[in-house]
Amino acid sequence: MRIALFITCLNDTLYPDTGRAVVRLLERLGHEVVFPESQTCCGQMHYNTGYRRDAQRLAVRFAETFGDADAVLAPSGSCAAMVRDIHPRLGRPGSPLERAASRLAPRVHDLSELLVDVLGVTDVGAYFPHTVTYHPTCHGLRMLGLGDRPYALLRAVRGLKLVDLPEAHECCGFGGTFAVKNPDVSAAMGTDKARNVAATGAEVLCAVDNSCLMHIGGTLDRQRAGVRVLHLAEILASTEQEPTRL
Amino acid sequence: MSRTFIGMPAFPRAARTATADAQLRHNLRAATRTIRGKRAAAVGELDDWAALRAAGKAVKERTLRHLDRYLEQLEASVTAAGGHVHWAADAAEANRIVADLVQATGHSEVVKVKSMATQEIGLNDALREAGITAYETDLAELIVQLGDDLPSHILVPAIHRDRAEIREIFLRRMAGWGVPAPEGLTDDPRALAEAARVHLREKFLNARVAVSGANFAVAETGTLVVLESEGNGRMCLTLPETLISVVGIEKTIPTWADLDVFLRTLPRSATGERMNPYTSTWTGVTPGDGPQEFHLVLLDNGRTDVLADEVGRQALRCIRCSACLNICPVYERTGGHAYGSVYPGPIGAILTPQLRGTGGEPEASLPYASSLCGACYEVCPVAIDIPEVLVHLRERVASAGGAGHRVEKAAMAAAGWVLGDGRRLGAAQRAAAAARSLVPRRLPGPAGAWTDTRDLPAVPGESFRRWWRDRRVGGADTEAES
Ligand code: SF4
Repeated sequence: MRIALFITCLNDTLYPDTGRAVVRLLERLGHEVVFPESQTCCGQMHYNTGYRRDAQRLAVRFAETFGDADAVLAPSGSCAAMVRDIHPRLGRPGSPLERAASRLAPRVHDLSELLVDVLGVTDVGAYFPHTVTYHPTCHGLRMLGLGDRPYALLRAVRGLKLVDLPEAHECCGFGGTFAVKNPDVSAAMGTDKARNVAATGAEVLCAVDNSCLMHIGGTLDRQRAGVRVLHLAEILASTEQEPTRL
Repeated sequence: MSRTFIGMPAFPRAARTATADAQLRHNLRAATRTIRGKRAAAVGELDDWAALRAAGKAVKERTLRHLDRYLEQLEASVTAAGGHVHWAADAAEANRIVADLVQATGHSEVVKVKSMATQEIGLNDALREAGITAYETDLAELIVQLGDDLPSHILVPAIHRDRAEIREIFLRRMAGWGVPAPEGLTDDPRALAEAARVHLREKFLNARVAVSGANFAVAETGTLVVLESEGNGRMCLTLPETLISVVGIEKTIPTWADLDVFLRTLPRSATGERMNPYTSTWTGVTPGDGPQEFHLVLLDNGRTDVLADEVGRQALRCIRCSACLNICPVYERTGGHAYGSVYPGPIGAILTPQLRGTGGEPEASLPYASSLCGACYEVCPVAIDIPEVLVHLRERVASAGGAGHRVEKAAMAAAGWVLGDGRRLGAAQRAAAAARSLVPRRLPGPAGAWTDTRDLPAVPGESFRRWWRDRRVGGADTEAES
């Protein structure tokens, strides 16, 4: 299958390893991967902060860039949710934006959805001999409804030991500009999340959203907790021949 | 006596004090965890929860669409049943109507059924100015009143207090208000409840006038409905001679049949109970039984303005169950006072700025008092999309443009310009990569709050798009994109 990557601006700029892992994984599974270079950002930050017009412009641009793709992969739960749930609502009913975004929405997937639902694989042949705990993230949990998919993918990884995260469903406190506008509450939430992560004894915290991982990972680093954070793609891309190193 | 929230600082500053208060954090965490566990269990028992939620939303939506008609029907029904209806455009008018009605009875004391509408209009303070003393009879509301405190939760106003603090308040303050607390009072919940019962009994037996709110007002019969757990409300609704009910216009529902869905969803969402212990209904007056004079004060106080906003009006569906407060991770860490509003938590963050406008600093800060995690939307029994309304209100605040927002607007526009084109983004990434050794792990200035508790990620040497391009052209460096 031909899969168009929407790498997202944060991944593109700060977490290129995630994008590289996605390419490695999908090509290993025998799929053709394309990266439309005119892509930029889904507009989530603008929309969430109250700058709807800026977000609208970015949504139009997204629809132009990905309009004719068979499948779009966004390795970020919150960006996938933004494109799928919010983009259609940014245009008035019946407007070109609303129609284009609604047509595109069903073809936009998070990594775990693409693998399990579209490509029909749960065991991607990965090898990762470490103890891992998984943070489901608010968008993955509530807007995308990823359910068991990421856990099933992780359980199929050879050598990987999956441990439960206490209070997994609670928000980590990032929330984009929330972390800047309400730093004290955000930090309190992040600290509680980091404490729960450290309590699992896992070596790695995994999620499908690097923005949450940046927040939790930054808190863990500051506490010298010794837990690494990794995007799901980087664990699934890991093999015996080409292991993802901690 | 009770104070109001006027003069509270904006949310981030109030939240700073709250998050630093270990006792408060502990009390809130314990209480919200218990109640949300109970709620999840009670909701999980039902296999038609999704349908009930949709039905509740539909009833409220339909009623709000034709609210003018149902309100007229309600007025006619109440009048036909021997009650009197008063229309109050704002808090001042509502307070004046109630004070006049009480004074007309010749009494200067009233007992109160716990009510958000009377909190919203600051009725107790207004009555005091008119020489009337209002006694709260809900246990938690009593604790707040005796402690000269502010409510911190819609359903459990004293949620921020633990048993030891309550015992101390009772011992210190009950005597000044009536029957004193018994000597040797312990912090055993039963002992505390008994002390409150004895203290309140005197109020119930002497009261000639009562003031209540209502959870619902049934238009077809003019019946008001209150759901409660303690039975103290029922005492107030039955013993006095005069009953005055202050009710927000959005509490109207068309028929008794419409009540069915809410009697099932409200107790489960609120206290995690299948059914609330006391459901009281009253319709006008009945000679020789209960209050012989009944007044309904229908309160607008900004509600018709909310109704005019296509996105924001869904907040008027709220049945004040407080499930959104109990699940909210922000509320759990700040408590209700930080919201500077009678309605705290997620519902307060969308209702207060709509009722009071976003002109003031606390109101303008409330739409940002959320990480948009969506937990509130998930539990809301009438499916209010709180995150959607929060973002909608942020748009209103941002476009009004205070000092902070001018800078933010420029930053957003700059980001939008960079992100408006793949080549511009690529150029910005190369600039960031070139300067990466200069980027500190801790930021100076106001942005430093971010790095006080977190390390920033290191800027990588190569963006994904650069890597992709290099890979495609076989590793050859190209500047064609710039
Ligand atoms: S917004 Fe929904 S969850 Fe919150 S108090 Fe109102 S009805 Fe309950």
